[in-house]
Amino acid sequence: MNGRRKFLRDFLALLFSGGAIGGILKILPGTAQAKETVRTGKWYGYGVSVDKCIGCGRCMEACKIENKVPKEPFFFRTWVERYVIRKNGTTAVNTIQPGAEAPPEGALDRSILRSFFVPKLCNQCADPPCVQVCPVGATFQTEDGVVLVNEKTCIGCRYCIQACPYGARYLSPVTHTADKCTFCYHRIENGYLPACVEVCPTQARIFGDLNATASPLSRFLRMNKIHVLKPGLNTEPKVYYAGLDGEVR
Amino acid sequence: MLKFPQKIPDSLARLLVVFLVLTVALAVVWVLIPRDMKNVKVQWAEAEKREKARPLQYAGFRACEDCHGEIHNKKKAGYHRDLACETCHGPAKAHTEDPDKVKPVIPFTRAFCPQCHAYNPSRPRGFPQINPVAHNPLKACVSCHNPHDPKPPTTPKECSACHGEIARTMAVSHHVQLACTQCHEAPPQHKITPRTAKPSKPQNREFCGKCHGKDAREKLAKSAPKINIDEHGEKYVCWQCHYPHSPEVEQ
Repeated sequence: MNGRRKFLRDFLALLFSGGAIGGILKILPGTAQAKETVRTGKWYGYGVSVDKCIGCGRCMEACKIENKVPKEPFFFRTWVERYVIRKNGTTAVNTIQPGAEAPPEGALDRSILRSFFVPKLCNQCADPPCVQVCPVGATFQTEDGVVLVNEKTCIGCRYCIQACPYGARYLSPVTHTADKCTFCYHRIENGYLPACVEVCPTQARIFGDLNATASPLSRFLRMNKIHVLKPGLNTEPKVYYAGLDGEVR
Repeated sequence: MLKFPQKIPDSLARLLVVFLVLTVALAVVWVLIPRDMKNVKVQWAEAEKREKARPLQYAGFRACEDCHGEIHNKKKAGYHRDLACETCHGPAKAHTEDPDKVKPVIPFTRAFCPQCHAYNPSRPRGFPQINPVAHNPLKACVSCHNPHDPKPPTTPKECSACHGEIARTMAVSHHVQLACTQCHEAPPQHKITPRTAKPSKPQNREFCGKCHGKDAREKLAKSAPKINIDEHGEKYVCWQCHYPHSPEVEQ
């Protein structure tokens, strides 16, 4: 057996024995990067009591004023959906328009099984798909768990808008960059509540630090059965819903 | 002299020149690009700073009390105690900075209050709602209700004033003839503070059996459907299968 052939045989043997096992060990979950890190400091979250929402739309209006969101009724950082579930199993979902007269249908409509309002906003996922897909690193997660957009480097490719499973992003017609809910970052960092939480007349919206032991949010999380939207996607949303109908999940 | 370069083939020498020019150009570009354009962490820190520095529009729930203490105290005792002032009066940060020049809105019109209080079947039950078409047309809401301490102008006499949905359901059911008090005992205080004094609810099968039992003696129950309450319905209580406000109305 000549030298070259011997070398190749030994090399292949090594590849399939020790070397390969070493490679497999490296990708085993145990030694792969530990994702569950202990978080210290602020880690912001949000609670929504579905059965308290009266669908008045004050939050949508306040959000537009506070964050200078364009007035057109299809740019929203937060919005409220009206669910109408009928007895034949069909469900209609509409985004309400604040200030408009309440829809009179349904008062005596016997085919309606259940109807309610669901406030929605950016879920500020702990594992956000929008951050993963951004090709220029313009969207990122802050130390306290808020996903922000850097409008100086965003190229407006809309990839993050497609990637968001909750439809929480839109392309701003003013800056031509992606825009989304920031939990009113300029307010919360200065000790104020987000504008939507501030104006909600029925306390359907709760904001707070998830690491705090005693706060309205941690009490809300302890005392209610909590759901998140689309839990199967493993985005780990930080907007928690109480009293959520099975139809919404 | 120059023996060594002559040994390199001509083609390789040209390639080396091209390679050198490229390397120098790349190095120059790398030096010329500012550091923060290459480091995403720096960009993020700047974006965070920009985001934090944006101006506020809403002054927050603590701002109003200092000057408007009287109204604040009045509101604190009423049903609107959990509402922020800015829910109705709009963003007031500018007003806190220059109280004389900028005044927040005072919504007087009839279109405003129904945003929350117009009847909408999707609203949670028990939330006070009116029909804006039928409810004192053309009269401003504030002429009867003080928005800082809202109360119904008179204490409701009929249960249907608040429990409209149940009343409407009952109206087309077989239980239409029954008064609410047939099954519920409402303490008088319930009309004033509905949540602190709650009316009673039937607790057991025997209650329904008074009318629907095999040998019911209640006068009202003459034509009521009768069952043997010991056998019917196994271990369940009646209202686990029958909705008392609309019993079997569709079958």
